[in-house]
Amino acid sequence: MSKIASLNELSKLKNKFGPLIQIRQENEKTIITNTDVIDNSFKIHVLACGGTGCQSSESELIVRVFQRELEKRGLANQVKVITTGCFGFCEQGPILKIHPDNVFYIQVSSKDVEEIIDEHLIKGQVVERLLYVEPIHQEKLKTDLPFYNRQLRIALRNCGLIAPEDIREYIALDGYQALGQVLTEHKPEDIIDTIKKSGLRGRGGGGFPTGVKWELTRKSAADQKFIVCNADEGDPGAFMDRSILEGDPHSVLEAMAIAGYVIGASKGYVYIRAEYPLAIKRLQIAIKEAREYGLLGGSILGSEFSFDVELKYGAGAFVCGEETALIHSIEGKRGEPTVKPPFPAENGLWGKPTSVNNVETFANIPPIILKGADWFANIGTEKSKGTKVFALAGKVNNVGLVEVPMGTTLREIIFDIGGGTKENKRFKSAQTGGPSGGCIPAHYLDIPIDYESLASIGSMMGSGGLIVMDEDDCMVNVAKFFLEFTVDESCGRCTACRVGTKRLHEILTKITEGKGTLEDLDKLERLALIIKDTSLCGLGQSAPNPILSTLEYFRDEYLAHILDKKCSAKVCSNLVEYDITDLCCGCTLCARNCPQNCISGSPRNKHVIDNNRCIKCGVCLDNCRFDAVIRK
Amino acid sequence: MSCKNVIVEEKFSELEHFIDELPDKQGDLIAVLHKAQEIFGYLPEEVQLRIADKLDVPSAKVSGVVSFYSFFTMKPRGKHVVNVCTGTACYVRGAEKLLNELNKHFAIKPGETTKDGEFTLDALRCVGACGLAPVMIVDGKVYGRLKPEQVKGILANYR
Repeated sequence: MSKIASLNELSKLKNKFGPLIQIRQENEKTIITNTDVIDNSFKIHVLACGGTGCQSSESELIVRVFQRELEKRGLANQVKVITTGCFGFCEQGPILKIHPDNVFYIQVSSKDVEEIIDEHLIKGQVVERLLYVEPIHQEKLKTDLPFYNRQLRIALRNCGLIAPEDIREYIALDGYQALGQVLTEHKPEDIIDTIKKSGLRGRGGGGFPTGVKWELTRKSAADQKFIVCNADEGDPGAFMDRSILEGDPHSVLEAMAIAGYVIGASKGYVYIRAEYPLAIKRLQIAIKEAREYGLLGGSILGSEFSFDVELKYGAGAFVCGEETALIHSIEGKRGEPTVKPPFPAENGLWGKPTSVNNVETFANIPPIILKGADWFANIGTEKSKGTKVFALAGKVNNVGLVEVPMGTTLREIIFDIGGGTKENKRFKSAQTGGPSGGCIPAHYLDIPIDYESLASIGSMMGSGGLIVMDEDDCMVNVAKFFLEFTVDESCGRCTACRVGTKRLHEILTKITEGKGTLEDLDKLERLALIIKDTSLCGLGQSAPNPILSTLEYFRDEYLAHILDKKCSAKVCSNLVEYDITDLCCGCTLCARNCPQNCISGSPRNKHVIDNNRCIKCGVCLDNCRFDAVIRK
Repeated sequence: MSCKNVIVEEKFSELEHFIDELPDKQGDLIAVLHKAQEIFGYLPEEVQLRIADKLDVPSAKVSGVVSFYSFFTMKPRGKHVVNVCTGTACYVRGAEKLLNELNKHFAIKPGETTKDGEFTLDALRCVGACGLAPVMIVDGKVYGRLKPEQVKGILANYR
């Protein structure tokens, strides 16, 4: 491939590659008349989700079997099987989509492949048993799933639509057009204005206006500057950045190049977790392809602008998501944060002005440039514009990635898109913002979510993890879980965080073991506020949030643990008692397996647990075949 | 030179070759450590000293970086590495029970290796397969929607 020399040439390529994805765009009725077309022989496209979730359930095998069976039937030149990035509907994976019929199959296994080919692709009959069943009306849906209908996908626009390892498909969908326009038609200041007007704010958690960050970095005078993409997605339960990198890596590379042009940098780094091997592989391929097409490297699209991207790997430290810590890590040092100011915009990587932006932030840039600041600013709330991707997980029916306009309520996300709680249990809390966020109770389900509203109820946007918890989750134990995480991940640089989080964790452990006192509760609260005020970086400042928010909204649970020695969710084992009900038929299985020999009773008669000797191991409950053993 | 030493020397020369190829040694310490762990399986003092020497940085700096990042280990790993995801999504769907089952099964705690050197048990923070929670990862292969009683059967395949 020779390098693309101008925006004009890029546009010609876009038309040439158009047919590659044409039959996947059911709404696009434009027929491409260009005769210089390629790959037009495929009548059917089979899209297979190749995200980490679906690959874990062997979507790669499905693709291989598909190709083998198509070849056997002589259909290999009519049906194209494409591995895409994440579709977002992870709960129902592995997922297949057939175009042009636009049929969505769920939980496909390699054993289903022959039936799909013979029934659907050859006879044109949809395989009904693999369709999604809408839970309320029990209707089988081929397309238009409620999970997708309420979403607005900007950052995820290409995920599950294009092959991430084929730059041609990205180009066919306006890929690199924004970069081309920026380089040929705009001054850096114009782009800063556009991004500022669009209202885009950092999607990594802080919510700092992206346009302002670029402007500050542009204004810092230096011989060299850097763009850094923060792909150190450390929040447990958050996987939106990984999905974007796996499903649409070029959108991030294109935006990094635009940012480089704007601030005056010729080099960019993607700092990515080593735990994301698939995202790393796809990025490496994307960088190589972009260089071959002249979209990275020297004189991009015939302009004077040069920009290249290098990958840097994390090594498992949550604090490296903080920008100063991340910069130290790229420099090969311990990832400890430093006091700001100076901000990276003045003094960043190797002491040079550096703009650190998050993956999802970058993914929003090309559409803003192509569609305009007003289009973006019209979406969302007054202070938070555009959309946000949430990784919906936990006790919710439709685990997956959802992108919704800012201002959507939690109820819409969890119940309308997420399909409600698992097994219809009572919703207790939604946790946003990961270990730095808080637990939101049911009475705030209707609050429109944006940066400000979440902060006002003691949580935060964070990177977009959204974990649903139900009546079976103990909020004291949840707070302890998050503190365990921060104790582990505290870098140790400042005392407030290093020692303080440890003390918080100890008090929480004491309470969950039923040894807590009311005095502990006061101590917990006081210490939490001190750590919030005195820690050096965001990690420590936000570490007490899970405690403070649960203390505010679920204080009754703390009190029950302390005063009544009860855990209403029956999670804290010290506060749980096992009992045998009248359902017991005296099979003796529990008594024989009890390690304490504290269950007595004769065969065929109800058994009894001696709770004074019981160690609450739960073996009796696990073994009982008659549901006679209960926790209370 | 004993046979064992020859193998170790081969590994060192592979690492040194990797370092020589680096365009810019400044800031590449973490990349070098990743490579070294890939080659040796872990980062004992001997390896750290050689890296410090080769990159011309103080060995204290190398050791500081190794101990800072949880990805790097100074203890040899077992033949098979069993990880349980302890991200929030897996946690609320029962990761703790999985981990307890594994603790019992191997009679070791997370971070430890069985006496026969076969299995290392560890807890990971979120692999992003939240739709499959709770998950266990054995040598990179993900087992999802697991119940504690299934663990034994899966591990039998790795014996």
